[in-house]
Amino acid sequence: MSLDPRVNRIDLHKVGSEEQHTNSHLITWEVFHQEKKGKQVIHVGIVHAPTPDLALILAKEQFGRRGATTNIWVTKTSDVYSFSSEDEDIFETTPEKTFRNPEFYKVRDRIEEYQAKHKTV
Amino acid sequence: MYGNTSLTAAEAKIMNQTVEDPILLEAFEAKIARGEKIEPNDWMPKEYRKQLIRMIEQHAHSEIVGALPEGTWITRAPNFRRKLALIAKVQDEVGHGQMLYSAAETLGKTREEMLNDLMNGKIKYINLFNYPANTWADIAVIFFLVDAAAIVNQTINAKGSYGPYCRALERICYEESFHLKQGHDNFVYLATGSQYQHDMLQEAMNRWYRPLIHFFGPPDRNSQHSEKLMKWKVKLASNDAMRNQFLDMYVSKILEVGITLPDPNLRRNADGIWEFSDPDWDEFKRVSSGDGPCNKERLEVRRYAEMAHRWVREALMNPSDKYKIPLA
Repeated sequence: MSLDPRVNRIDLHKVGSEEQHTNSHLITWEVFHQEKKGKQVIHVGIVHAPTPDLALILAKEQFGRRGATTNIWVTKTSDVYSFSSEDEDIFETTPEKTFRNPEFYKVRDRIEEYQAKHKTV
Repeated sequence: MYGNTSLTAAEAKIMNQTVEDPILLEAFEAKIARGEKIEPNDWMPKEYRKQLIRMIEQHAHSEIVGALPEGTWITRAPNFRRKLALIAKVQDEVGHGQMLYSAAETLGKTREEMLNDLMNGKIKYINLFNYPANTWADIAVIFFLVDAAAIVNQTINAKGSYGPYCRALERICYEESFHLKQGHDNFVYLATGSQYQHDMLQEAMNRWYRPLIHFFGPPDRNSQHSEKLMKWKVKLASNDAMRNQFLDMYVSKILEVGITLPDPNLRRNADGIWEFSDPDWDEFKRVSSGDGPCNKERLEVRRYAEMAHRWVREALMNPSDKYKIPLA
């Protein structure tokens, strides 16, 4: 007898002991979550499911149970393409190209120098 | 032992003998030392991968199996509000299990392989769930103190080096703070209720004291050297340090409502270290290797759930789908 009435209601030995492993590898879906209208849709994790409908239902249970949610997207893991981690260096020059940042452009010194020279003020 | 790892002597030997590419290893260790996270497709030492899979998988199994003793009282919760809270909590735990399986899966072991290893007993779950929840008061103790212990452990682990595990833990800790609050509420209600309720809680506390001391695993003096795991930020605090933190935070919350702990030697010494009687580590070993009051039932229920519903999964499977390791 179990302490759990739910366990007592089932016949635990109904399932054969010969097939004690599972082979059915459900595919995974990458889940994207939007917390609020106007916010980015952000990757939050994965679920296992055979169809997109079920993936959405499971994603709602898993990632939409707390806080606010406006929408959830799912896509098959196998449909996502990414760079290899060995290619990380292709992004290295990005932060070096400071001429693309607004802070790069500082002209105040030049203006003051010009004003001092020409007594415009 | 929720998400905690202790090595046996043989495992520690393998770990120290595994040879890795020195240049890649140096870059990997430097990255961790800088506080950067490791992501699934990054290079990592074989032992790092192996120990992480084992630790996350054990953690996932603990969440899934933990739902069983907790679920025991859903049908007999004392009122509707407690019943709803308990159902929500059990659902959370199963969700945590899924998130953790996903994190481990990014390291290359499929969820199905992990579920098989739970059923065949190859990978364990936290020992504590091999004990029964005899009364509703046991649920109050589990809800409050087991979750409190889990939060101590998980908050520490969330500072680890493996990205997907840290992200899963952040989510989990957020949900568990509800368990802790609701558990405390339940605990205080029983403690401050009728004499009958108070006694029922005291008896449950007496039953769970020792499993709670066991929770963080064997004492450091009996554990194998895990310096490498500390360096790789797989293990972030020693078993004794986590146990001490837990006692520091929660003993007073038990005592303040007139519940006592069944250990005359439990005290905090001048150095801030908690001392307690020998909690019988042989019992811990015996129960975790299968000889506990509920080990058999837990695995049988798990096996039943897996096997009795297998046909549903198989009927829904699309034969042209190709499994791919998840991204993050």
